[in-house]
Amino acid sequence: MYEGPIQDLIDELSRLPGIGPKSAQRLAFYLVKAPPDEAKRLAEAIVTAKERIFFCRECGNVAEGDLCRICRDESRDRTVLCVVEEPKDAATIERAAVIKGRYHVLGGAISPLDGVGPEDLRVQELLDRVERDGVTEVILATNPNLEGNATALYVAALLKPSGVRVTRLASGLPVGGDLEYADEVTLSQALEGRREM
Amino acid sequence: MPLYKEQGVVLRSVKLGEADKIVTVMTQGAGKVRAVAKGIRKTTSRFGARLEPFTHVSLMLYRGRGQLDTVTQADIIASHRNLRDHLGLFAAGETMLEETDNVAQEHERNVRLFLLLLSGLRALDARPADPVSVAESFLLKLLSLSGFHPSLTACAVCGAPDPTLFASGQGGAVCANCAEHDAGSASCEALRMLAELAEADLMGAGDIHPDEQVRREGRALLYGFAEYHLERRIKSLPLLSGSLAP
Ligand SMILES: [Zn+2]
Ligand SMILES: [Zn+2]
Repeated sequence: MYEGPIQDLIDELSRLPGIGPKSAQRLAFYLVKAPPDEAKRLAEAIVTAKERIFFCRECGNVAEGDLCRICRDESRDRTVLCVVEEPKDAATIERAAVIKGRYHVLGGAISPLDGVGPEDLRVQELLDRVERDGVTEVILATNPNLEGNATALYVAALLKPSGVRVTRLASGLPVGGDLEYADEVTLSQALEGRREM
Repeated sequence: MPLYKEQGVVLRSVKLGEADKIVTVMTQGAGKVRAVAKGIRKTTSRFGARLEPFTHVSLMLYRGRGQLDTVTQADIIASHRNLRDHLGLFAAGETMLEETDNVAQEHERNVRLFLLLLSGLRALDARPADPVSVAESFLLKLLSLSGFHPSLTACAVCGAPDPTLFASGQGGAVCANCAEHDAGSASCEALRMLAELAEADLMGAGDIHPDEQVRREGRALLYGFAEYHLERRIKSLPLLSGSLAP
């Protein structure tokens, strides 16, 4: 334990995700030793981002105003929604330019071990959009891991009564990989998702 | 022996850096082990789904100098796949993983705990009618295994039959003569239900159908007792009994 400002800095840094006490200490000392404008630039970038970046009131993605770029774009189909966990996932899918519709960012995934339940996600907002915009298809693009899968199951169950078509990104063999390295779970999912040729 | 072979159940995995994860595994012979799986988050990782929580795996590990080992190879023994595909089973399984993680010690062999977890996950994978009861039966067994067996059918202090009060700090159900001031009331139905869950085989625990009100009462007693003795909040419990069923 240190005293005063350095300990305050360590405490603040160690609250960031993925930063343990040791990393926080290392970062704090790095910043303290760094040239003054380097630390200042970082501080200013944080403040500016905090002031200027908002979350889109429609989809929950990052935005520079009230609505994000995609939600402002009238050429984007509002009846197809691609549901993702985080803004970075929407950015990844957007780079591939495969979705003509819009996004809905949940803000995480159900993770009982981290105390994250459905009430912590933007699920009600999704149901409202589906009803309001006459959505015809919801594509669930949560991560293909345990938490993402549970989240997809939960959202799909909630959407069921609305009658909207709910699809899930296929899981299977990675493009560019070798079949012999595939595990049983991946293989069986690939088999379930097979298609006519 | 820097390189060693173990089998175990993956309890959790946490992101590390850009593409790695730290997996926590309850092993058969080496207790709880935390190990780095390099590159696992890349879609072309050779680990694939092999190190997802709930999976019973056979592992090759490299013993690190610090607290973390490194996984060099993983093969699935049982994937317990139904737990991925049904929310109720998932929630019940998550509580088992969290509780095991809470009581297991790193690098301290605990074969009974490993086997208990494995039977718990197997029971869930068989798709029981009532996964919550299986999870609660599991919790009672885990408490007993950890030395916190709750007294349910007799006073924890004097052994008198038909106790009517409950005090976690006194070891469970207590009679009016022995109860300290913080004891709360407990119906004999709720205590009997918990005793039944404690006795039940994990495979059969999903067939006990307690009355809803009795169940709520018993559940509150059990969760309070568990958190008191394990000295921590069990984060996955609130989701077990409620909000995951839309
Ligand atoms: Zn938007
Ligand atoms: Zn007594």
